[in-house]
Amino acid sequence: MLFFSYFKDLMGREVTVELKNDLAIRGTLHSVDQYLNIKLENTRVVDQDKYPHMLSVRNCFIRGSVVRYVQLPPDGVDIELLHDATRREARGG
Amino acid sequence: MMIAFSTLVLLPILAKLVMLLGDGRHLLGLLRSFDQFASIVLEGACERVIVGDLYCDIPLGLNVIRGENVVLIGEMDMEKEELPSHMTAVSTAEIKRAQKAGRDATYLKGSMKNIMKSLDID
Repeated sequence: MLFFSYFKDLMGREVTVELKNDLAIRGTLHSVDQYLNIKLENTRVVDQDKYPHMLSVRNCFIRGSVVRYVQLPPDGVDIELLHDATRREARGG
Repeated sequence: MMIAFSTLVLLPILAKLVMLLGDGRHLLGLLRSFDQFASIVLEGACERVIVGDLYCDIPLGLNVIRGENVVLIGEMDMEKEELPSHMTAVSTAEIKRAQKAGRDATYLKGSMKNIMKSLDID
């Protein structure tokens, strides 16, 4: 639940999602769900020439199970808040 | 439970989609239905195979795709170009030949490397 809440706070920010098949997609985080499925808007593939399939795709849904990394803006992380949330989660879970 | 696939619900039904599967295949088609596992019903589906500057669309018809194989679902913007202009359409037979040539080249590269390694050549 922690990361679901964390991503909900990040909605509207620009992120880069790197998938397990090495495809990296940059876009605005539109929504997220409990499986950490991600919907991005205004997407562009990081290495566009290598992946011509996605040229006309501007919005996409990414299955949570295939995400390797979600690269965040540096000011998107409130360390103190995350620490507190983690401690609470550890205590309660 | 509604929150579970609220992200998918926001994908418009009837939109022309690009779907990337776990085995690296790319499918195009119209989204007809989905479920909480991201299983998809795709109508008028075709597999777009791209090898270098060549591409081919292989028609597949009406398909149900199990959610565990789905990597990404992208909504195609009809006003944008689907493919870079330098790419040329070829027949199914030719794209299969190009795919095989690519696989053979990779295999050859791999086997040469193994031979060099076993002979201890730098």
